[in-house]
Amino acid sequence: MSKETIQVDALESEAIFIFREVVAQFEKPVLLFSGGKDSITLVRLAQKAFYPAKIPFPLMHIDTGHNFPETIEFRDRLVEELGVELIVRNVQDNIDSGRVKEETGRYASRNMLQTETLLDAIEEFGFDACIGGARRDEEKARAKERIFSVRDDFGQWDEKNQRPEVFDMLNGRIDLGQNVRVFPISNWTELDVWSYIEQEEIEIPSIYFAHKRKTFVRDGMIWSADDAVVYRDEEEEVVERMVRFRTVGDMSCTAAVLSDAVDIVKVVEEIRDSSISERGARIDDKRSEAAMEKRKQQGYF
Amino acid sequence: MKVLKIATAGSVDDGKSTLIGRILYDTKSLTDDKLEAIEEKSRQRGFDYLDFSLATDGLVAEREQGITIDVAHIYFSTPSKSFIIADTPGHIEYTRNMVTGASTAQASIVLIDARNGVVEQTYRHFFINNLLRIKDVVIAVNKMDLVDFSEEKFNAIKGEIEYLASKSEYKGQNLTFIPLSALKGDNVVDKSDNMDWYQGETLMHHLERLDADDINDESQTRFPVQTVIRPKTEEYHDYRGYAGKIYGGDIEVGDEVAVLPSLTTSKVKSINFFDKEYQKAKRGSSVTITLEDNVNVSRGDMLVKVAEQPTIAKQLDATICWMDKEPLQASQRYYIKHGVNDAQAKITQLKSIIKTDFSGVEENPSELELNQIGDIQLKLSKPLSFDAYKDNKSNGSFILINPKTNNTVGVGFIK
Repeated sequence: MSKETIQVDALESEAIFIFREVVAQFEKPVLLFSGGKDSITLVRLAQKAFYPAKIPFPLMHIDTGHNFPETIEFRDRLVEELGVELIVRNVQDNIDSGRVKEETGRYASRNMLQTETLLDAIEEFGFDACIGGARRDEEKARAKERIFSVRDDFGQWDEKNQRPEVFDMLNGRIDLGQNVRVFPISNWTELDVWSYIEQEEIEIPSIYFAHKRKTFVRDGMIWSADDAVVYRDEEEEVVERMVRFRTVGDMSCTAAVLSDAVDIVKVVEEIRDSSISERGARIDDKRSEAAMEKRKQQGYF
Repeated sequence: MKVLKIATAGSVDDGKSTLIGRILYDTKSLTDDKLEAIEEKSRQRGFDYLDFSLATDGLVAEREQGITIDVAHIYFSTPSKSFIIADTPGHIEYTRNMVTGASTAQASIVLIDARNGVVEQTYRHFFINNLLRIKDVVIAVNKMDLVDFSEEKFNAIKGEIEYLASKSEYKGQNLTFIPLSALKGDNVVDKSDNMDWYQGETLMHHLERLDADDINDESQTRFPVQTVIRPKTEEYHDYRGYAGKIYGGDIEVGDEVAVLPSLTTSKVKSINFFDKEYQKAKRGSSVTITLEDNVNVSRGDMLVKVAEQPTIAKQLDATICWMDKEPLQASQRYYIKHGVNDAQAKITQLKSIIKTDFSGVEENPSELELNQIGDIQLKLSKPLSFDAYKDNKSNGSFILINPKTNNTVGVGFIK
């Protein structure tokens, strides 16, 4: 056993502080788990916050049905190792019952449809706090969001009237029907997350590392041609390329980047030198300048 | 890597967002896709320059009105340091958002339009910086290109701020004056060729040199307990860990501690972080502590060293910054959140409104309106363990919450 002095890193310490506030202030928290690197990082931080006790809330995955298979395998293994409860709710169920309509055409994506399923699940389980891995450096509407972000029955974000959040005091008081979205890694950058994964030797899904994949190019972005869910025109030529994914969203809106970063050390190097932002490969943000803000007003994470 | 948190402040149109955009651009922190988006939007709007505020004004309403409504947090780094800039609103009605952004900052940049000089909002922002006791304050005199880079103009503004500073109660502040043009890039990252009379550093050079310490200065150790960890597994059957973050000073195994407010004493048995044990933990660390004795400790209690006890009382005097449309009035009841501890509070006295131009106070007002700052006395439903804000920021501040709306309505600084 180590008998040294410890100085917990400021960002890690802040995130752990936030997790502990959530458990102390709310009755039914849940961690929204996508299988992406940010939510995997959250899981490690939650483990640290409550050790040697188990993580005292379930994980929930809103499954678009368009996940990379590697992500799902990874998710199931992680949950088993941690011994925590996993809740899965499927966007497909809402499509089948006709509650939401699936987009069609070149840029069809199920990303927007997640919101409806998420709001249903919040109501079904009575969750009062939903912990997510969003970061302020991802996108400029996210840069405006508080750590405890209050949502009404419709999941709406009232962006012009947010509660002041001073020092590290977090006000989690809400009315029945409201819930709070909690962002423990608000102040982390993409590089901070990758450096933490490297430092902690956290396992992540293989699609984050460079691999050979059948792909095609559209609008200057590289799309996976392996999977039927990504719409492709006949004339869009399929070529095998060495690529990796920087974010792991719905397959239909997540483009790959050319890369030879086959391990975590190389990924950290690549991110450090990158001249394209992380969400530059997300077609859902390119729809309009206000795309993220509009989605958030409607209850999107 | 060290992280330096900086808040910006300034009146409307003083160019805060432009300055931040310029810093991002000149430090090559804007990625190609973001830069392309700014170029395209600037062209669409018919500008013949790059409108960097488009990089930070993230809300539709902000871009429509060309103003900043809420704090945006911007992240970038140089080889020596990581920076978080809170881009805060200049409009008087959004002062509460300015306080939100500035409360966690180690340094602050107050922008002044060289053409207009010191205006009402400058007084207010400078006052709030002093109230928060932000150690490093940069007075950035912007738009120097529009006053022919005049040394006289710059010195006049400098003189006025120095006069204000002489009237402030807080004497520990380092003030730095820099003449610049955010739009043209003079003295932001690169030294200006237009102001030979200025011998000082550029803004970025100055920021790179600042210490990136915790905003909570070293003082007496405070460990507010957030939650009690009881795994109740076979291996950890009797484990009771007190989870929290350490403020003020360090904690070591063997330290004699008092549990507040009960004043029960015990000794630190172990300090845990994840699956390891440590001999000592430094301030700023979120850890878990176990004690030698089976004493009663729950959320909201505080562990301190026996020889370093704070005030324990059911009443306190504070300066408060009001953040709600519904004014504060004497005899109203609120929830108080002091760190991680909750109680009820009644305003027993509204003593004065403090004028933010350092010109004095208005005695015995009937109410305190949105964005006003005043002195109050509070009665509490249970004893709190607190310090004066000047001695310990984290243990000397609190927020008030309106029980009807659950909104955070005020931030207090204990006397």
